[in-house]
Amino acid sequence: MILAKIVGTVVATRKDDRLVSSKLMVARPVDPAGKAEGSYLVAIDTVDAGVGETVLIVSGSSARMASGMKDCPVDAAIVGIVDHVEVPELAEAAAARQGR
Amino acid sequence: MHLARVIGEVVATIKDDNLTGIKLMVLQPIGASGDPAGRTLVALDSVGAGVGEHVFFVRGREAAYPFYPVEPPTDASIVGIVDHWTVG
Repeated sequence: MILAKIVGTVVATRKDDRLVSSKLMVARPVDPAGKAEGSYLVAIDTVDAGVGETVLIVSGSSARMASGMKDCPVDAAIVGIVDHVEVPELAEAAAARQGR
Repeated sequence: MHLARVIGEVVATIKDDNLTGIKLMVLQPIGASGDPAGRTLVALDSVGAGVGEHVFFVRGREAAYPFYPVEPPTDASIVGIVDHWTVG
């Protein structure tokens, strides 16, 4: 799974029948510090996430295991809203920078 | 499967029901020398790994199998804690 920040939504009237009433979001992968990396992707939202939130995105065939996505043509699904990411070595690096 | 170091944890209250009760860890994939190799990712923990430990993890559809019969939506899961490894 990857961490990503939701930056927008996608509206599509004509789409696969199995995607009807699914919410499509534009997301940008981020590193644990929140810095954007890589290119944008479109993901199906299964947890009612909103623009600006950091989320967990599952990719590939595993995306079909998300709630309600069985047999849907999906390769990226938002399966969690991130409260926070704890990476001790990042925190130590930030503290060292402040102390300097 | 791939080698990685556990560098942190993710806390998420709102998530897929099938992810409830499973730890989410931040992994830094590593090469044979132990140096970072590639982007960090989030993996489910099936073995009780902790931050700082070296682990190996499985990618893809198979990542849900350690949690059978539950099928959590995941594309990466930690399936072993590495004691040591040798190369060459």
